[in-house]
Amino acid sequence: MKVNGVVYPTPADPRRLLSDHLRHDLGLTGTHVGCEHGVCGCCTVLLDGAPVRSCLLLAVQAEGHEVTTIEGLASDAAPLHPVQQAFHECHGLQCGFCTPGFVLSVVGLLAQHPNPTPEQVDEGIAGNLCRCTGYASIRRAVHRAAELSQK
Amino acid sequence: MKPPPFEYRAPTTVEEACAVLASLEDAKVLAGGQSLVPLLNFRLARPAYIVDINRIAAIDRIYERDGGVAVQALARQAAVEDSEIVARVCPLLTAAVRLVAHRVIRNRGTLCGNLAHADPASELPAVLLALGGHVVARSIRGERVIEADRLFSGVMETALAPDELLVEAWFPASSQPFAVIEESRRHGDFALAGVVRAVDRLALFGVAPTPVLADPRDPARGLQPSGDLEATAEFRLHLVRVLTGKAFAA
Repeated sequence: MKVNGVVYPTPADPRRLLSDHLRHDLGLTGTHVGCEHGVCGCCTVLLDGAPVRSCLLLAVQAEGHEVTTIEGLASDAAPLHPVQQAFHECHGLQCGFCTPGFVLSVVGLLAQHPNPTPEQVDEGIAGNLCRCTGYASIRRAVHRAAELSQK
Repeated sequence: MKPPPFEYRAPTTVEEACAVLASLEDAKVLAGGQSLVPLLNFRLARPAYIVDINRIAAIDRIYERDGGVAVQALARQAAVEDSEIVARVCPLLTAAVRLVAHRVIRNRGTLCGNLAHADPASELPAVLLALGGHVVARSIRGERVIEADRLFSGVMETALAPDELLVEAWFPASSQPFAVIEESRRHGDFALAGVVRAVDRLALFGVAPTPVLADPRDPARGLQPSGDLEATAEFRLHLVRVLTGKAFAA
């Protein structure tokens, strides 16, 4: 499987979750693990460009696919991805535990709706839980990310 | 929380999948995994074998047939949500699939997997029942059609045999007026109770071991929903009456 553009061997144990594989085998600890049953959204990664829960995917299922984690969003040319930049500008985080999942969900949301309505923003981030911000600053960050992504 | 040990099989054709299912005891089919993997993580399910059908090519089509829309085994819920065919032929299904969890879950979860999982609080089994659709099951013994009113037999139990693979679901075209309305604590949560109206037919979900057809004039008659921390049985009956009233007000 390819993770952030690098090819890695598939783990031998089929019960290894993709979230655990990323964190424990590949050392990519930016993918956070909260509830481990698909509710909190912290472990969201991109699978072939679409956001999915890495805790609900067996690592062996990612064989032959491209996984993008939070570590893979920014490039050398741009130290922050537009969505990361927007979360930074709008203070779309406090403790930061949920942030990688939010950022990758929002990347998926903006791919689907480049100019999301407030309803589409709410729908797009409804699957991610944040216990700090109360979501107001995250909503602002999503609209700001849409602006930054257009530039 | 980690899945218990299991043997993993990843067949690449439907025929191979059916042969594998026929040869194994205690196997579970893995499609989108958005219900099965949580059950594994909680160890509520401990199958000896996981048969992953995601390596099978070309079983993710959504197409028109027999005056309705057919959705194959690996069509993701997000694809159903975005499908122009579904929106044109069966807009009730488009409306209902948007209520299934969240977009990120729907990116992976499949419609057929949702039906085979048969959660009593799920929207899609009730849509299949309200419209009078069916599913197609394949095994090495052949192929058979299971009508919606014969498919759901209990809480997370269906008429599918252990060696059968649900390869396709078929929904008749939906006519106006239709509605799918549910009440849940948070957007995307399982419904405390929900109703599906297809013209004069009414199906309820979240209030019985399976989705059930009901009389729109007296929808709560004969129901004995369970009560839990989220809602008492009485409150669920109240919701059935109120939601049915809303669905049939239009």
